[in-house]
Amino acid sequence: MSPHGGLRIKEVSKVYDPEGIHVVALQEISFDISPGEFCVVVGPSGCGKTTLLNIIAGFDTLTSGEIVMDGSTLTAPGKRLSPGADRMVVFQHGALFPWKTVLWNVTCGPVLQGRLPRAQAEAQARHLLARTGLSGIEGQYPGELSSGMRRRVELVRALMNDPKVLLLDEPFRALDALTRSVMHEHLLQLYDLARKTVFFITHDLEEAIFLADRVVVMTTRPGRVKKVIEVDLPRPRDHRILTSARYGELEEEALEAIHEEALKAFETGERELA
Amino acid sequence: MAMRSVRMAYGADLAKIVLDDCSFAVARGKLNVLIGPSGCGKTTVVNLLAGYERPTGGEITLDGEPVTGPSSSRLVVFQETALFPWLTVLDNVMFGPAVRGTVKRAEVEREARSLLEMVGLKDFADKHPMQLSGGMQRRAELVRAMINKPRVMLMDEPFRGLDAMTRKLMQEHYLRLFEEDGRTNLFVTSELDEAVFLADRLIVLTNLPTRVKKIMEIDLPRPREISMLGSRRFLELKQEALNLLHEEALKAFTAGATSAYDLVEAVGRRGPIR
Repeated sequence: MSPHGGLRIKEVSKVYDPEGIHVVALQEISFDISPGEFCVVVGPSGCGKTTLLNIIAGFDTLTSGEIVMDGSTLTAPGKRLSPGADRMVVFQHGALFPWKTVLWNVTCGPVLQGRLPRAQAEAQARHLLARTGLSGIEGQYPGELSSGMRRRVELVRALMNDPKVLLLDEPFRALDALTRSVMHEHLLQLYDLARKTVFFITHDLEEAIFLADRVVVMTTRPGRVKKVIEVDLPRPRDHRILTSARYGELEEEALEAIHEEALKAFETGERELA
Repeated sequence: MAMRSVRMAYGADLAKIVLDDCSFAVARGKLNVLIGPSGCGKTTVVNLLAGYERPTGGEITLDGEPVTGPSSSRLVVFQETALFPWLTVLDNVMFGPAVRGTVKRAEVEREARSLLEMVGLKDFADKHPMQLSGGMQRRAELVRAMINKPRVMLMDEPFRGLDAMTRKLMQEHYLRLFEEDGRTNLFVTSELDEAVFLADRLIVLTNLPTRVKKIMEIDLPRPREISMLGSRRFLELKQEALNLLHEEALKAFTAGATSAYDLVEAVGRRGPIR
């Protein structure tokens, strides 16, 4: 297990096409994520959430500023960062290998990297799958599973790589509301098991507050930090917490911050940067 | 509009039966919502009503006349945008009436602009679709269909894929248009909240082969407000619909359709809606 995974985001800016149309996607974003913290970033379409995630993942570069992980520079202008198993991404749309079984899919990372012997990887995979209620599906193929089951398999696959940070980009967006709420509980169960640092992106406030230790609200483009909300709901959490008075207060606080931004985005029609 | 004993089968020897003895009426001037388990053939129903496909058996009529092909009296708004990318928003909206040439161009333009204003797109009339956000594109689509004054609007999961906040705002815009205009609408969705919130009549479908399981009258007052989502009556209606869907999902799951698992699990964990 890697015990670390603290992230420091320091005055990060991202400008697309600085010589030409000059689109400012991120403007001097700064915030810290402690090791093992569950941090959720919310904001309207086009606020640069995905851009920030892509920079941390190593899919994109920043224009100025710096991102530090556990005390050493992860990326800065001129320092090219490659994607790596220490920062695992789970995407909106699944990326399982459809021609491989569930067990192969979730064990391929550590086995192919030679980090774990196959038998040990399989034992660990079975344990994690069982913890999210997926015992007995190891030999099935992704196409045989429900969408909710597939999403859970992806989470397990990401965790099997023992990353320092889990980067989740609206992983439950395509699910219906009821299934999504069940997925939140499954994700928290996995989180309580491993306490990895999580960087989670969403549009959905209920999802944000239910999952997070801290919610970072971003503004419409150019993306800036509008507000940081400490979520002091006790863990472990289940859906009953959504009816608590404290949840209501937190939601109201977040709603106030975000409603203005959402309306702005809705009226001006900013498109999300790819 | 009505479907009487419609059968729809595909494949060699018509072995794959999607609809069997499916009968229901789309009530005039009402907002009819169609909901059913995923993969239950909702889109097939839309395609048949639109006249894109001919049924294997049975009869489909609009005001007593048989449906034999697509027509501007039955217009479809799709899941994906179908705006012409090379035309401005205004030209897209004016396209139908302009091509038919039965109404003066100046009058069509006046009407198009007034409809665009109603959905908050007044300042975007001269933009091209690519310059709009996803939510704005959907609103332009709505208006483009409405200006043709179809007798029936067929909405095939038009808000699917939009983020949660945009979706709520879209529902409000759509309701305002419907409540103003009172046209016959058939709206297909797989989101339970959306279904109950919008509907006058909720048509719940069975699993394959698809039939009507039940038609629920939704007696929430109009105009509908977002605040009704928490009302006791709303929750009662939602619970009733959920029970119907759960029964179908359970049947499908027992018959080996793993895709039905999400709903079975969700209801199993949650029990009745609070």
